[in-house]
Amino acid sequence: MDEIDRELVNVLQDGLAVCRRPFDDIAARLGIDVSEVLGRIQKLLDSRMLSRFGPMYNAEQMGGCLSLCAMQVDAERFDAVAELVNAHPEVAHNYEREHVLNMWFVVATELPEQHARVVGMIERECGCKVYDMPRQQEYFIGLKLAL
Amino acid sequence: MELSDTDRALIAAVQDGLPLVAHPYAEVARQLGTSEADVMAGIASLLERGLIKRMGVVVRHRALGYRANAMVVWNVPDENIEQIGRLLSGETYVTLCYQRPRRLPHWPYNLFCMIHGRSRASVRRCLETMIEAHGLHGIEHEVLFSTRAFKQCGARYGKFAMPQEPAGSAHG
Repeated sequence: MDEIDRELVNVLQDGLAVCRRPFDDIAARLGIDVSEVLGRIQKLLDSRMLSRFGPMYNAEQMGGCLSLCAMQVDAERFDAVAELVNAHPEVAHNYEREHVLNMWFVVATELPEQHARVVGMIERECGCKVYDMPRQQEYFIGLKLAL
Repeated sequence: MELSDTDRALIAAVQDGLPLVAHPYAEVARQLGTSEADVMAGIASLLERGLIKRMGVVVRHRALGYRANAMVVWNVPDENIEQIGRLLSGETYVTLCYQRPRRLPHWPYNLFCMIHGRSRASVRRCLETMIEAHGLHGIEHEVLFSTRAFKQCGARYGKFAMPQEPAGSAHG
């Protein structure tokens, strides 16, 4: 990743314009041509520095439900429980964190009523209580991480 | 919010990402058998209604060298949460900031923010600076560093791809 890639990622974090040739402006800002912008984005995606390029959906606005869930899992069962949890397609990322509540994952469902069902299934399968914390308010984050 | 059939078709067409071509919306239009103007109007409408936050990228912080990932949780008096939520979300290294319900008696925290840094020490320094700058000393908080990430794929739910929020950030 060179200086131009860094600038490109910073610019892209701002969002792509909805216009006929949205990469023209980016290319001009970086002083390279459009085909190079496209090639660099492809390379960043291929090397997994970026995981997606496209629309960032707002789940709640779409009628869905997005909740951060936490569980207290015994260390010796941790990997097995992680497998049970991650097997659910509704589970997005799952992190181990240093806390009594040591497993943190996101449950995303298209309909709010599916949410309780998925959380209930996870509780039964894992034998752990789920602390279910849907977001109530998001505070706006502007452009981030000057790379 | 109700999604029209047009919305759904458009969302389905772009959910795996925009085509990487000079005229990406024209390419989407070609796939849908509609016009570039209709696609642009449709996306503008999704943005306007807040169904899409932006057309952008999901950065994988770990891959970019931001290896330390802390979820900082705060027990903020309800009457101050809006004000403090705004303060924190304005901080450079805060990548997400959400209000969530407390789960008493074990979980008193109602404000969650993510801080990414190159090291734990740098994350701790950012946090100290924030506390100092905004006079947050009196607010109970905990720092939960992540030790392992298990499922980092951009999750999909139903027909839609979910954004993997500023990635590496176990947040919903």
